Amino acid sequence: MTPAVRLRLTGIRKSFGATRALKDVSLAVAPGEVHALIGENGAGKSTLMKVLSGAHAADAGTMELGGRPYQPADPHDARRKGVAMIYQELNLALHLTAQENILLGAESARLGFVDRRASRDRARSALAQLGHAGLDLDRPAGTFSIAEQQIIEIARALLMQPQVLIMDEPTSSLTQADTEQLFSAIGRLRTQGVSVIYISHFLEECRRIADRYTVLKDGETVGAGAMPGADLGHIVTLMTGREVKDLYPAAAHALGGIVLEVKAAARAPRLRRATLQVRAGEIFGLAGLIGAGRTDLLRTVFGLDDLDAGEICLVGAPAGRATPRRRWQQGVGFLSENRKEEGLMLNQSIADNLTLTKMASLGRFGFVRRRRQQAVAAHWLGELRVRCRDGAQAVGELSGGNQQKVALARLLEHPARIFLLDEPTRGIDVGSKAQIYQLVSRLAAAGKTVVIVSSYLPELLGLCDTIGVMCRGELAAVRPGAAWTEAGIIRVATGTAGPADR
Amino acid sequence: MKPALKKLLAQGGPFLGLILVVALFAVAVPRDETGRQIFFAYGNFKIIFTQTVIVAIGALGMTMIIVSGGIDLSVGSAVALTSVVGALLIQHGWGPVAVLLAVVAAGGVIGLVNGAAIAGLRMTPFIITLGTLGIARGAAKWLADDQTVNYDGSPINRWMTTANPFSHALPAGVWVALALAGLTAVLMRGTVLGRHIFALGSNEATARLCGIATTRLKVLIYALAGCFFGLAGLFQLSRLRQGDPTVAVGLELDIIAAVIIGGASLNGGVGTVLGSMIGALIMAVLRNGSQQMGWPTYFQEIIIGLVIIVAVFLDRLRQGRRAA
Repeated sequence: MTPAVRLRLTGIRKSFGATRALKDVSLAVAPGEVHALIGENGAGKSTLMKVLSGAHAADAGTMELGGRPYQPADPHDARRKGVAMIYQELNLALHLTAQENILLGAESARLGFVDRRASRDRARSALAQLGHAGLDLDRPAGTFSIAEQQIIEIARALLMQPQVLIMDEPTSSLTQADTEQLFSAIGRLRTQGVSVIYISHFLEECRRIADRYTVLKDGETVGAGAMPGADLGHIVTLMTGREVKDLYPAAAHALGGIVLEVKAAARAPRLRRATLQVRAGEIFGLAGLIGAGRTDLLRTVFGLDDLDAGEICLVGAPAGRATPRRRWQQGVGFLSENRKEEGLMLNQSIADNLTLTKMASLGRFGFVRRRRQQAVAAHWLGELRVRCRDGAQAVGELSGGNQQKVALARLLEHPARIFLLDEPTRGIDVGSKAQIYQLVSRLAAAGKTVVIVSSYLPELLGLCDTIGVMCRGELAAVRPGAAWTEAGIIRVATGTAGPADR
Repeated sequence: MKPALKKLLAQGGPFLGLILVVALFAVAVPRDETGRQIFFAYGNFKIIFTQTVIVAIGALGMTMIIVSGGIDLSVGSAVALTSVVGALLIQHGWGPVAVLLAVVAAGGVIGLVNGAAIAGLRMTPFIITLGTLGIARGAAKWLADDQTVNYDGSPINRWMTTANPFSHALPAGVWVALALAGLTAVLMRGTVLGRHIFALGSNEATARLCGIATTRLKVLIYALAGCFFGLAGLFQLSRLRQGDPTVAVGLELDIIAAVIIGGASLNGGVGTVLGSMIGALIMAVLRNGSQQMGWPTYFQEIIIGLVIIVAVFLDRLRQGRRAA
């Protein structure tokens, strides 16, 4: 007999030094239930999941799995007991094949030799459980798309026949179409009785996929309930402790002259052809699937990658080979989609990160004036309400949202007149998102130009004057933001648009 | 913990290590027959300081390279090559200042070649400098005709000693090392170039994104460090009073050890000049103390090996606690 509650957490507490990460968390998940865990960054979701998956031990509280006390000694023990976790950053050995990855650490062996046929069967059946039986098991994992890599990772977790599967922000780097595939895989797991704990910032997603939800705020459970029919506005209020109205500000801004022109830009392998014009005071959104060439387009504009063909013109700036150095001089700033690996120097101070593009101007004769640098940092930390000790703190110690604000402040301080923002709100909390939206809107009102790449359609639709949709390396359609719908963008992005959509 | 206190601890780790090592030898090394300290005596510290000069000057260049995320394995060979060059120039009748400039320049050229190959060919510094390790050593032997290069005498011979060996004065080499350490510390902490070196080592992609000319910067770092290695070669020459193409084998490992003991990270972006200097001193104290204990050299080697591992392990513990 299966109990009505598969997993029950009661009164979980966890402190790190003086920081009380979890004060009083309770959570109950039924068999075959998809349970959304919702909360801002820093609310304690990650800590809770680490307690659950055995990476941390709780200071107080009880956990029960299948009606019995559950106290994992470490992540391996947790997996053995039936709790598996899929992290936001995928953990695949990219040079090994899909099959080897799925079976890593659980190879079928006879006398110490890998039993290839048994291995293959087990890998195949795990994939079939997810509805991806056709995946090529002999290809190196690194050659698959992110979405497929995620399926491989989930298949690996399924090998241990988990009762509870935890997924941390699984869709943060997926496109809409890939998200649909993931959802159908989760749906299959649900029918097989696997409980899924689903952590996401995307409330609309949670509503679609989850049966129930629990909201965390400042390390406490502040609400829980059935998802169907739940009021998202109410959930946002629970998360933030305030009403987030006007998430997308509608500040009036006038469009000026053309400042950036891209003519038939192409760069192998992903960017095939893109032509666009952006005006002063305009917010230009770039939508499309991952790999459609959106990021490639931004990077070539910024001179991080060279063009194979075509031309990029900045009005009021001489032409010539583009390099990031020249672009900064021309007043173009770039925010990387990859905050941790490209955008920021995690083990360096906030002040150094913020002023890296213009250190020479902070002093004379090649010296950096520390005091001025700190004053600049203090100004932006206050302006953007960054939660930190001071400008001397290492940026890697901040939460995702606060890191992103520091990365953005670099463009503001420089100051840029053209902002190229690649996934500016990925993986950050609702409060920070709202702030970034307001900032972008203010920039446009001040006559700056903003180009945003985003996989999150509501924010493009809410924010942009103009939206261009890319499909397979081509900028397929450019129209005013008000002329688009989510469905219309998806149809163009997936190449299924009829003549009416063009 | 207060940030200031944390900072002190981060800086103070190697310093506490140095005090500990000195204290241990002060107690352990037996006194002479009149009851005076042999180890813990000014005369001995003068010897230790003098013995530190070459590793310390090398460590200044290596600190820049390691903080920038690189490594240079060719230092020992570069020191041998530049000291041979110096000896040959003295043979040809060059004056001390001209020799000094030429030797430093020769070191700079070796560094320039390293940097240009690393940045230009986009190969890892480990491979490139492993190659130049062999090339520079071979070139040194070639130039020296595979034997030591002797000369009649030069004022350079006096840079690592004092006129009266029993006086309290320190040899010129110690003062040069101290002055350069001060300058390099200012360079790394206070200048645009220094902050760009940290940026490059912390995250090269970010440095590029922020418009830093990473290729040019890398070449500059290796060339500048090469000048330090050339200077170390000159002091090697001064100590030996002859150009020996087989000298300083494995010196780069001592230098890297000093930088790492001093708290730098091989991943780049972390490291201080003060730490590296203390690291160099710890290595010299260990050598000196072990000799005075009468321990055989193989025992010294084992101890130094253990100290490197323990130092980095303790450093990681400290950083781990800081992160939590």
